[in-house]
Amino acid sequence: MNKTVNQKAWFLVLPVFLLVAFSAVIPLMTVINYSVQDTFGNNVFSWVGLDWFEEIIHSQRMHESLGRQAMLTTIILLIEVPFGIFIALNMPKKGFWASFCLVVIALPLLIPWNVVGTIWQIFGRKDIGLLGHTLASMGIEYNYAQDVLSAWITIIVMDVWHWTSLIVLLCYAGLQSIPDAYYQAAKIDQASRWSVFRYIELPKMSGVLLIAILLRFMDSFMIYSEPFVLTGGGPGNSTTFLSIDLVNMALGQFDLGPASAYSLMYFLVVLLVSWVFFTVMTSIDKKGAV
Amino acid sequence: MAKITFKDLAHSYLPHPKSLADYALQKINLEFEDGAAYALLGPSGCGKSTLLNIISGILIPSEGKIFFDDKDVTYADTVKRNIAQVFQFPVVYDTMSVRKNLAFPLRNRGEDPAYIKQRVETIAKSIGMEDILDTKASGLSADAKQKISLGRGMVREDVNAILLDEPLTVIDPHVKWELRTQLKALHEEFSHTMIFVTHDQTEALTFADKVVVMNDGVVVQVGTPKELFEKPAHTFVGYFIGSPGMNIFEADVISDVVTLGDIKLKLNRKYRKLTGHIELGIRPEFIKLSDKSGDMEIDINRVEDIGYHKIVRAKHKDMHIDIIVPEDIKVTQDMKYISFDLDHIFIYEDGWLVEAKEGKSE
Repeated sequence: MNKTVNQKAWFLVLPVFLLVAFSAVIPLMTVINYSVQDTFGNNVFSWVGLDWFEEIIHSQRMHESLGRQAMLTTIILLIEVPFGIFIALNMPKKGFWASFCLVVIALPLLIPWNVVGTIWQIFGRKDIGLLGHTLASMGIEYNYAQDVLSAWITIIVMDVWHWTSLIVLLCYAGLQSIPDAYYQAAKIDQASRWSVFRYIELPKMSGVLLIAILLRFMDSFMIYSEPFVLTGGGPGNSTTFLSIDLVNMALGQFDLGPASAYSLMYFLVVLLVSWVFFTVMTSIDKKGAV
Repeated sequence: MAKITFKDLAHSYLPHPKSLADYALQKINLEFEDGAAYALLGPSGCGKSTLLNIISGILIPSEGKIFFDDKDVTYADTVKRNIAQVFQFPVVYDTMSVRKNLAFPLRNRGEDPAYIKQRVETIAKSIGMEDILDTKASGLSADAKQKISLGRGMVREDVNAILLDEPLTVIDPHVKWELRTQLKALHEEFSHTMIFVTHDQTEALTFADKVVVMNDGVVVQVGTPKELFEKPAHTFVGYFIGSPGMNIFEADVISDVVTLGDIKLKLNRKYRKLTGHIELGIRPEFIKLSDKSGDMEIDINRVEDIGYHKIVRAKHKDMHIDIIVPEDIKVTQDMKYISFDLDHIFIYEDGWLVEAKEGKSE
């Protein structure tokens, strides 16, 4: 098709550009501004160039937070993705129970982040929490406020509880779009249950699964409210993930310069990983026969 | 391969069918010969898909039995029946290459790799895909995908039957013809029993050795395309097959005299006393238009020239008559008379063909 070239059309993008400028670019500029300057108060700023970036790159504190963050995100994805697919595969396809399951499964998604943190904070308490009390009366050592392992397990279980639903819902939608003929054909071809999953269900789900994984990666990499409410980053620094660390630095210590450099690098890491992930996944999809 | 037999088979989707109308498929006895190509032809909702699902084992009939050769398979599942099916929309395994797609049914059955390789290549050649065997299936066009589905159905030599459920629906018209020809060639090459479900008479008539015509859950006629055309057993077959379909007129028959409105015709054969709803059927091909004289006077409404012959739409009082006139004859307004070819007049009682008591009826 022949398209008419009309450079004036760029003006049509202008409103969106302005909107984005006000909502994202200008606030971001503030951060960039802070990240290259130092201040001792009284609105007196001095240029420091890339010093803050250098400091953050070499800061052990950031390395440790990044390590914890990477570990958490990896564990969460490794649990939630297979578990979500498993639930989606076993949900009823139609009828009353299908709607029932959907509603029940969607419920955790409707709960605000800090409420989820509060729920689990109380749930795990030894004195008034059902979970904490039960475990304690069974003689199991469990204290998320003092024990690192308990804290990590609680955060992971909490996230799995909160977010597996998202993967389930997306996968379920992908599965529902597979025509019956595929299953009948597979039956006629005597495909095993695994083959049906591997060659029919997984390929048909791959599109939504890609989105699901991407969303879960970004969200879990930026997790803040839930662990903040639950453990506040402790015990010690054991659950201080990137965003918690960043907030401590920016608002706790009021180190605005390093914190700005920190947040910009944080943003770039999320962007980079998402981009790499997306590119790799889509190229696998386009690659020749397996 | 096997002969497929229906014995008193009927199916209703309701748990307790009361009247005949409750049946999606009314009682039938039918035999599909081994190695023949059949078409199940009928309009949407006539029960042909129900019939196909009963053969493939997706559906268990509520009454009667189905046999493959002498084995009762009424309750056997799809796998045990060893049939192949091609669906309305192409089903391919997207992540696999064409080769792996074709090999899949054999691999699942644990066949010898050397045999699989040889068999896949034979089939690929037959469906004209030997050059793209290692291409990923997902990027191919709809007709190529449908060919793969078909190939996957034929790759097993021992299948009892290949069922084709309106397989050409999503195929472009110009490829349809090619694919249909290929299907016919494949049938001749491998001589699997093939059952082709369609609502398109051209597809059915060009593909099948025998056509099973269905309407409202009833098998109205089983026959070769020629038989369906020349001697429709039911008025439905008459007007469903042929373009335009058979002319059907309300009539009265007493022995060898037919009364068509104000006109009487003397037939060359006699009928028993008929009681039900009597109709006369004659195909447009067997009515002759003339400007001199004939059995009936008509007014021409419209002439449709479709290239190889002309279709004349005419009227006599409130009877509508279609006439096929050879291309070389010029239709003029003076042509006010038609005559019927008596040999091709059929009498129907409540829709069903009545055989003459004496005299020939060809």
